Amino acid sequence: MGGATDLLELLKKTRDRRIKVLIAKLGLDGHDRGAKVVARALKDAGLEVIYTGIRQTPEQVVETAIQEDVDVIGVSILSGAHIPLMTRLMNLLKKKGLGDTPVFLGGTIPLPDIPKLKEMGIRNIFLPGTPLKEIIKETIEAALERNRD
Amino acid sequence: MRNINLDELISNALSGDRASIGRLLTYIERSPETASQILSKILVQNVHGHVIGVTGIPGSGKSTLISRLISHYKNMGMRVAVVAIDPTSPLSRGALLGDRIRMQEHATDPRVFIRSVPTRGVKGGLSFSGVAMIEVFDRLGFDKIIVESIGVGQTDIDIMNLAHTILVVTAPGMGDEIQALKAGIMEIGDIYVLNKSDKPEANRTFAYLNFALETGELGGEKVSWRPKLVKTSAVLGQGIDELANLVEEHLSYIRESGLFNRKIMIRRRYMVKLLAEKIFIERLEEVSSSEEIGGKDIYSEAIKLIKKASQGVNTN
Repeated sequence: MGGATDLLELLKKTRDRRIKVLIAKLGLDGHDRGAKVVARALKDAGLEVIYTGIRQTPEQVVETAIQEDVDVIGVSILSGAHIPLMTRLMNLLKKKGLGDTPVFLGGTIPLPDIPKLKEMGIRNIFLPGTPLKEIIKETIEAALERNRD
Repeated sequence: MRNINLDELISNALSGDRASIGRLLTYIERSPETASQILSKILVQNVHGHVIGVTGIPGSGKSTLISRLISHYKNMGMRVAVVAIDPTSPLSRGALLGDRIRMQEHATDPRVFIRSVPTRGVKGGLSFSGVAMIEVFDRLGFDKIIVESIGVGQTDIDIMNLAHTILVVTAPGMGDEIQALKAGIMEIGDIYVLNKSDKPEANRTFAYLNFALETGELGGEKVSWRPKLVKTSAVLGQGIDELANLVEEHLSYIRESGLFNRKIMIRRRYMVKLLAEKIFIERLEEVSSSEEIGGKDIYSEAIKLIKKASQGVNTN
């Protein structure tokens, strides 16, 4: 079980270096169960999670990321509007000098859209059924890799 | 933390660059040494920030009320900072910070800066970094600095040590809770807020609170300022102007009585005490795990640990 050991090693690293994650619900979409489950799992893994609540604009998400100075952004979209919303979000992040912030997307995303989303710079897309362990692991890895200090 | 240019970051933060403010706050959280450096580099002249502490029972609507106050102050052209404290899990050491959900309408306003602060295992919830952040917001020229505490019962009275004005928020139908809290946070309020006053039981709770205030049961031993009581409904936006007026009334009172500056001194002293505690407790953890402790004379052993822990503290 190499995977489990890897995760454990990663979790140990978060003891010396607190990781802050923003979980955001983008757009007109009230389905927040997934975002809450992920937020909760990250909290239980020892991360500090800021949750924006539902119906956020890309501007609100970027401003929140700036004020909270987060290491990673996780966005949840189940409305089908992921292409226009993520395009705006990613452009805005670059414009505000946060282009190096790792961004993950979760939700009901059709497979054919994934290459386009990755092209925008989204680090990974978590589809329904993704094990929470995988989300935790990739989030911590992304935060530690960024190493901004 | 190598190669950071604090001077540049501070000068950008002073000119209002939000990403720089966000970064500064992170450095404060990460290292007390850096926090100390940052504070020593920002001049303290002209600080005038009015620190408003908001405490009260969980679920009484503190975050929503703060959001309304932010709107009020924004309309008056003020700059507002919010320090929103939420608990860290003692088991996982993680935290889920959700206070700002109710304040997100202000997220993009250039006059407002909201920062969530996890308690990170500090009793009472106010960590050194939380207080140092208030200090930085003050020095960056924010007019109102609102601190939202976690609102759990009597340990929350720490807020006394850092706020100019304390709002204790409660809601109708919590009569028994008010009784239970009387000896703790119900004594420290400068202003008591009965929120959710659109609920049917509101009048009864209001009458009870009013009686408790008049008989001196609420408000403890404050003599020169009689604590005030106000009804609000943050969701409906009712009573916010009245509340804001009372806050200003209290501000004039502390300005005239000289309490304003005295409270800043108390806050700074408290910040240093919290830092001393943090350094000492970390050292104590180290020495107590390495030391052989037998339990024959536990008092002498405890004194020995204290001495040993103090010796190891880096004094540069």
